Amino acid sequence: MDLISLNDWSDDDLIALLDLASAMKAVIRRPIKKVPTLRGKAVANVFFEASTRTRNSFELAGKYLGADVINFQGSGSSIEKGETLWDTVRTLQAMRLDAVVVRHGASGVPQVMAEHLEVPVINAGDGTHHHPTQGLLDVMTVRERFGHVEGLTVAIVGDVLHSRVARSDIEGFVRLGAKIRLVGPPSLMPSGLESQHVAVYADLKDGLAGVDVIQVLRIQKERQQSGQIPSLREYHDRWGLTQAALHWAQPKVLVLHPGPQNRGVEIDSQVMEDPVHSAILDQVENGVAVRMAVLYRLIGGEGVSA
Amino acid sequence: MSQDATDWIRLEGVRVIDPFRGQDQEGDVLVGDGTFQEPTLSPRSRVRTMSGRGLWLVPRLTDMHVHFRAPGQEWKEDFQSGSMAAAHGGFSVVATMANTDPVVDSVSLIQWQKAEAQALGLVEVVPIGAVTKGLGGEELAELWTMEQGGAGGFSDDGRPVASSALMRAALSYSSTMRHPIIQHAEDLELSHLGVMHEGDVSGRLGLTGIPLEAESAMVWRDVQLAALTNGRLHIAHISSLGALEALAWAKSRGLKVTAEVAPHHLFFTDARVDSPAYDTATKVNPPLRPDNVRQALLAALKTGLIDAVASDHAPHHADEKDRPYAQAAFGISGLETSLAAMITIGLGEAEMTPLALFERMTRAPHRILGMDYGGVVAGARADFALIDPKARWRVEPAGWYSKGKNSPWMGTELTGRVISTMYGGHWTLQEGEVVRCVQL
Ligand SMILES: [Zn+2]
Repeated sequence: MDLISLNDWSDDDLIALLDLASAMKAVIRRPIKKVPTLRGKAVANVFFEASTRTRNSFELAGKYLGADVINFQGSGSSIEKGETLWDTVRTLQAMRLDAVVVRHGASGVPQVMAEHLEVPVINAGDGTHHHPTQGLLDVMTVRERFGHVEGLTVAIVGDVLHSRVARSDIEGFVRLGAKIRLVGPPSLMPSGLESQHVAVYADLKDGLAGVDVIQVLRIQKERQQSGQIPSLREYHDRWGLTQAALHWAQPKVLVLHPGPQNRGVEIDSQVMEDPVHSAILDQVENGVAVRMAVLYRLIGGEGVSA
Repeated sequence: MSQDATDWIRLEGVRVIDPFRGQDQEGDVLVGDGTFQEPTLSPRSRVRTMSGRGLWLVPRLTDMHVHFRAPGQEWKEDFQSGSMAAAHGGFSVVATMANTDPVVDSVSLIQWQKAEAQALGLVEVVPIGAVTKGLGGEELAELWTMEQGGAGGFSDDGRPVASSALMRAALSYSSTMRHPIIQHAEDLELSHLGVMHEGDVSGRLGLTGIPLEAESAMVWRDVQLAALTNGRLHIAHISSLGALEALAWAKSRGLKVTAEVAPHHLFFTDARVDSPAYDTATKVNPPLRPDNVRQALLAALKTGLIDAVASDHAPHHADEKDRPYAQAAFGISGLETSLAAMITIGLGEAEMTPLALFERMTRAPHRILGMDYGGVVAGARADFALIDPKARWRVEPAGWYSKGKNSPWMGTELTGRVISTMYGGHWTLQEGEVVRCVQL
């Protein structure tokens, strides 16, 4: 079994995994966090694209469960020396690992690696495709706050076209019964959304009206250079999440951001630091718990007592 | 079995499907001295008689769009492997694209390519010269001089002639010549970074899309320039609804505009990119399109709006495809599946007659490239394929003659198999094996 996108897993598997992640969260809140369930197992973090946050989160998750975690920095090493991706795969195969966590800038690489590798492959983000553990941690954070996901309305605001987080969030929230709204400039919306059971809004006020959850996506400066938005300032004026904009949503609205944030562009500092609405730090903590649950589920191991 | 080069060959009871004469009937065919002969003639030479029962004979299958990669990229293909692939595919004429290294933008390279092919004697190569020097898109190459040296058309294929002013100049100049400007129509800004068709599959896979309009916007521009200049325009690998509309508009105005379609655009849809996911054998430019477009292309081939079928044979080394989808090379190795794919889909789904289908693969490319051929008539060079129309076979690129094994048909079952190919009165393929002879 691999984790490439959330649709690889059944509804029951997803719910069981979220429950397991809650149990893991209890484990990491203990004074002594380590549980020996994955002792003797080796996990490789293979990051072809730099991401300290996600890599650290997977590394901690593995270590809390007692696994040995090794980090491969893909870029700048073998790949650029003319080694093909499949040479790297063969090398990993030969190392007798128990799981491979992959981050790559090109969509599809974890999936193709999973077809070649016998051990479980966990997608830690591929191009503009998926980031399933982010999707899981977002769902977990919402589920924790509201006690359920079904019936909630989630607005995903920003550059959906280039966002692997958005694709995984859509899968996760839709699977658990939430409604999805995508809000942002039409130039940053992917084609073929009709088939995905989502509603699309260009206007922020309309898009946020009455929603329960707002996931704010990072906007990259390149979007200005490529002509997809006129300027970051104009983007902020039309789609930036300000305290005023929060009032359009329902009063207990929860604000998520996958990080790293551009304060003052897609989200204002006051919103990020709002103790009632912002769940941004919960997301970080839940990220470790979710990755522990995923590693545990995929590699197997002794029972966990919460 | 040994065959004396001077032996004549009589095929008995073969179904001759000859688009050059517009005839489809069973009969005997006699070949001697490199040409077709009157079947009633009693030759002085020894005659080997073969039964053609149950087989189809189609004269001079022509693939007007192939990449043989030489000079300069022989790790992908060369004239020997490409010619053998052509013979294996049943073809006796191919037109080779100019995007080699160096670019075929001079008469000396046109002549070198022709000489390479002649020395091998497996297929007639009609070199296509570049439209612009070095495919640079800035200055016209010496089109007339290349035509004098044997160029069959002009194309910057692999990339478009992007500049409107230069395209106007090329079309204007072509109005004085017999051969067309072959345009790879792609607005490079609209297709920028795109690796597959832009639609719900690209959205789902997180791959950057190429909209239909990247092609159709340029085709509309080009047909208007063809009207302005009275030039000869041929649209390569047409793959969009807007381009079909532009083509219909041009033809209704009586312009000298023609088009070809590739078998993969008729056979597969963009859903194939996701099944198996991210299969780089499906990466091709223009990309595989959704089913409504595929069906429209097939219908347009049937009505004759699209003139010809051409494989866009684009062989690559495995290392160039064994990459993340976004970084893999564009192109499909198509010479060894083109005929069977067209028999399967053209006669099957589209319900074309064999005569109409083979017209698109023989006479139409001749007309477009300004070449004359009489068909199966006494005195015409004996070029033909013998086809078992009922044979079903599984595509296994590992056994191909082309160096390029990059095929989305791998593992697919197709109907119709080339048994033998004759070129200039010599067998180039017998019982499915390429005969490596040097022509006398
Ligand atoms: Zn082309």
